[in-house]
Amino acid sequence: MFQRLKNNYRTIFYSLLTTSFYPAKAFAQWDNMNMREGVTQVSRDVFELHMLIFYICVAIGTLVFGVMFFSLFRYTKKRNPVPATFHESTKLEFAWTLVPFLILVAMAVPASKTLQDIYQDEEGEINIQVVGYQWKWEYKYLEDDINFFSNLSTDQDEIYNLVPKGENYLLEVDEPLIIPVNTRVRFLITANDVIHSWWVPDFAIKQDAIPGFINTAWTKVEEPGIYRGNCTELCGKNHGFMPVVVKVVEQEEYDNWIISKKNEAIKLAELTEKEWSLAELTSRGEGVYEKNCVACHQASGQGMPPIFPALAGSEIALYDKSRHLEILMEGVQGAAMQSYANQLSEVDMAAVITYTRQAWGNAENGDGAYVVPKDIVEYKKPKI
Amino acid sequence: MSAVIESHHDDHHHGPAKGIMRWVLTTNHKDIGSLYLWFSFAMFLIGGAMAMVIRAELFQPGMQIVEPAFYNQMLTLHGLIMVFGAVMPAFVGLANWLVPMMIGAPDMALPRLNNLSFWILPFAFGILLSSLFMEGGAPNFGWTFYAPLSTTYAPPSVTFFIFSVHIMGASSIMGSINVIVTIMNMRAPGMDLMKMPLFVWSWLITAYLLIAVMPVLAGAVTMMLMDIHFGTSFFNAAGGGDPVLFQHIFWFFGHPEVYIMILPAFGITSHIIETFARKQLFGYSSMVWAMLSIAILSFVVWAHHMFTVGMPLAAELFFMWATMLIAVPTGVKVFNWVATMFRGSITYETPMLFAIAFVVLFTIGGFSGLMLAITPADFQYHDTYFVVAHFHYVLVPGSVFSIMAAVYYWIPKWTGNMYDERLSRLHFWLSFVGVNVTFFPQHWIGLAGMPRRYPDYALQFADWNMVSTAGAFLFGASQVLFLFIVLKTVLGGKKATPEVWEGARGLEWTVDSPAPYHTFSTPPKVS
Repeated sequence: MFQRLKNNYRTIFYSLLTTSFYPAKAFAQWDNMNMREGVTQVSRDVFELHMLIFYICVAIGTLVFGVMFFSLFRYTKKRNPVPATFHESTKLEFAWTLVPFLILVAMAVPASKTLQDIYQDEEGEINIQVVGYQWKWEYKYLEDDINFFSNLSTDQDEIYNLVPKGENYLLEVDEPLIIPVNTRVRFLITANDVIHSWWVPDFAIKQDAIPGFINTAWTKVEEPGIYRGNCTELCGKNHGFMPVVVKVVEQEEYDNWIISKKNEAIKLAELTEKEWSLAELTSRGEGVYEKNCVACHQASGQGMPPIFPALAGSEIALYDKSRHLEILMEGVQGAAMQSYANQLSEVDMAAVITYTRQAWGNAENGDGAYVVPKDIVEYKKPKI
Repeated sequence: MSAVIESHHDDHHHGPAKGIMRWVLTTNHKDIGSLYLWFSFAMFLIGGAMAMVIRAELFQPGMQIVEPAFYNQMLTLHGLIMVFGAVMPAFVGLANWLVPMMIGAPDMALPRLNNLSFWILPFAFGILLSSLFMEGGAPNFGWTFYAPLSTTYAPPSVTFFIFSVHIMGASSIMGSINVIVTIMNMRAPGMDLMKMPLFVWSWLITAYLLIAVMPVLAGAVTMMLMDIHFGTSFFNAAGGGDPVLFQHIFWFFGHPEVYIMILPAFGITSHIIETFARKQLFGYSSMVWAMLSIAILSFVVWAHHMFTVGMPLAAELFFMWATMLIAVPTGVKVFNWVATMFRGSITYETPMLFAIAFVVLFTIGGFSGLMLAITPADFQYHDTYFVVAHFHYVLVPGSVFSIMAAVYYWIPKWTGNMYDERLSRLHFWLSFVGVNVTFFPQHWIGLAGMPRRYPDYALQFADWNMVSTAGAFLFGASQVLFLFIVLKTVLGGKKATPEVWEGARGLEWTVDSPAPYHTFSTPPKVS
């Protein structure tokens, strides 16, 4: 009942604000104009705080602007040719210093309390490391030894307006983070290259992911569902294209998912052992390239020099297989190129190197040498 | 003092030189004031054009007219140019024109330094803008240039950016020294500190803030330079440094910086409201104390820009409380302005319209600022369009409107001609509607979850982005009208009287309109 009344007030308030410049019906969804309440205790507390301070501001604003517009209307030169001469009042000035101060104290109390709740960051039942990369997220389940990357899955053609945009345009990923409902989950947030920020509005979590440092956040989600968020710290060219998607499921579904992820890992290990043909590697590599490399080096392999060099016709891609492997494994010091050693499986690593040595006429112009998964395993062995 | 006493008849021997060299070599505070103002207007148009690129790209979801990489260069340069090229030099220009006339001084205390501090600015911005044509493009890391995006991952042009920031900083520091020395030493006999016009007070405080924080900015960019070229690791965790250190240093500069851009606006607004309400400003001394409190508090609130970097609870609480405290002196100022209007005798010339809009819209920006101070809520607002709406409300209908108000208010004194009242009202209303249509909906899309610095966005933000873009183009176009009105006033118009405005108070209204090339060669008596 009260909730409905509150919502009505909100709707009326926004209608008043908006009817002045656009027919309200075109903007039927008021949810698109306010903070979401979210699905955790913390997110609801934050929402309450937000509404509380909003109403306080509206009240103060009404009062101050009320007096002001009354004066502007009533005390024009026409209506009040002779101005008053008062220009100070210690009592009044004392009052309007003290009263706002007291209002502020009243706001600071609940705000400080909520902040303390947010900072209860002891270990969770599940602990997940979140790592920001240019421009994707990696999730590592610390108890279960599972990790994977989460990339934007919106088609480039949608972004460049060649095909209609889907419902979750820019808010969809190839593999979402999965967590169980009603479980305390703690996130250990960091980054691999520049600063990113991991935001899920429905959990009221926004924590910067900072290279070399680990920040923590926690949540206990009360409703299963899919929750979408964003990177909120400018992290370079594709800052707008690395969404966060969290799927919250029942405990049983979560357990099954963990088991299937572990089986996947076993299958992947088998793939590493398999004998690969050049054609198989090249075709797998194309997929890996599209997912991980096109953002900088472009689908055409032309890159965006000087920051992102061209691969098509590059000396290294043509003639220097071992340096090629080394760059992918170690990254390039002081440049945007990062190490992919932990991001790609042995199979995908071999496949993408092979692909870039075959595509865009590189095979014809260069030595055509290619790499198989076992080479990567060999490279990774500790050198004595 | 006896050395500077001249007879009144000597005045006309010192008219301006002829031709372009007048402007290059000038040491006259009025000439330099005009140079600053024209320069800042040029930067306002360039930075504005970049804003139009940004808004045009955001008109609809999807990438239409620019690539994300170029979009980032636009938003970076837009911010840098508007802050360092438009707003700050405009206030320095106003200080040059007005401070000597308001305190009854013949000129600024250090005229050659004054010339130098202006003439290095075009080079600073020439260097910055030239980076657009360099390989790898212009700086693309936001006007806040957080490391390591601005160091290890920056385009090669970052070095030019650093050099350019150094020059801007040097210019600001020289300008501030000049303002302080002028105010401290050259006030007319009888003008005590607590009798100074509020614009002079606001600039005295601003100048101290600038001297305190510009070297900090210089330190930050120098550390970047060392990290990029000389193998240090101030901001590189892999070398034992700390990327968050950069943010602390930057915002220790950055927060006082935002007050640098608003304090002179407080001074201007006070004068205009007092004049057109025909009633002495309410609470002069509390206005001064409020500005001083705001300036002092500005040094202890910087980390409210960084609530999400993972500071300890105690730090978050401290910065939340300290930030909320700023609402008290700011509130005092707003109440004083309202009390000045109360039972006044008000007329609505264009400067007054801009000043009233300033009070209302700056207060709205203050409200959203208060909301942002609440740390738990800031976790939701931070780096969304809510923040963009907030700081544009305090900067555009705040600082920029106050500058426009000042131009309309003092241009009859500068040129001797009245501006076109009808056209200028049209300019006001177009700007007023434009600014609100642009920025008000950004509160909503920010709350609903649209992050800032995004070249593209999810579909639920499409409607309001379209509205916002329409407003931005209206606002942009109406500034061309402003240019026209100013030019028209410079070239001719109804002659202005020395007083110009019926209710105006202050020494600048005692000299002729236009103000002679040299004013107050003999100091006036202030009772």
